[in-house]
Amino acid sequence: MQLHQNLDAAFSALADPTRRAILTRLARGEATVTELAQPFEMTQPAISQHLKVLEDAGLVAVRVDGVRRPRRLVKPGIEAIDKWLDLLRKGLEKSYDRLDLLLAEMNIPPKGGKNP
Amino acid sequence: MSKLTLKTEGDTHIIVTRHFAAPPEAVYRAHTDPTIVQKWLLGPEGWTMPVCRMETKPGGSFRYEWANAKGQGFYITGEYLELHPHSRIVHVERMFLPDPTPDNHVETRFDADGSGTLMTMRMTLPDTKTRAMMLASGMEHGMEASYVRLEGMIPVAQIA
Repeated sequence: MQLHQNLDAAFSALADPTRRAILTRLARGEATVTELAQPFEMTQPAISQHLKVLEDAGLVAVRVDGVRRPRRLVKPGIEAIDKWLDLLRKGLEKSYDRLDLLLAEMNIPPKGGKNP
Repeated sequence: MSKLTLKTEGDTHIIVTRHFAAPPEAVYRAHTDPTIVQKWLLGPEGWTMPVCRMETKPGGSFRYEWANAKGQGFYITGEYLELHPHSRIVHVERMFLPDPTPDNHVETRFDADGSGTLMTMRMTLPDTKTRAMMLASGMEHGMEASYVRLEGMIPVAQIA
């Protein structure tokens, strides 16, 4: 269940406000650790720690550019989260589609039966 | 366009909304009458709910058990905290997979919306970590089937 583990890691990574802010910043384009640390009152090692979590979760990748190491979003990682939420919606929707049919078929009287 | 919305709020909530073309009385009853619940609360294709016990009063408990043809199964237990016909249900639940998940506190509202009902389910998890786990592991009903589908879909550019 490689995919499952990735999703666990991805959602855990998203559970932190600083990491969400880093992703928001990277959505505008790649940035180095120094650039990423600027808007936060955090040391570079602290930011690097967050980046490591995001990289392990497959959401962020490093590019080597001479001495620079800019970070960028990994599109498939982000899209996997999107698709997963979409599937959850679809699983729920399936149940509620059945309920729609029942409600239409049964024409349940407002006062109900054995339940209050 | 799907009628259902699922989104996160703050650090610990998940909000699901859905419109139904039936009055709140009917939708409420479809959530509190076990013979009706058993027919629809099944998640993906291929699952049935052989056990559906509900003691619909404050402090009462409920138990749902699901099974599929491959012999897999899991269950949820919970307790009702509040039942306000036909507008609101508050309960806690946990899933056994087979180990119990942390308690999920769920408030379900049924508000009149035109001639139908707007249902709003507000789930509150104990912490961000649990919510992350719940979203990642499939919060509803035998998502195994969906995993398989998801794995099949990953190479595909778009599924929505």
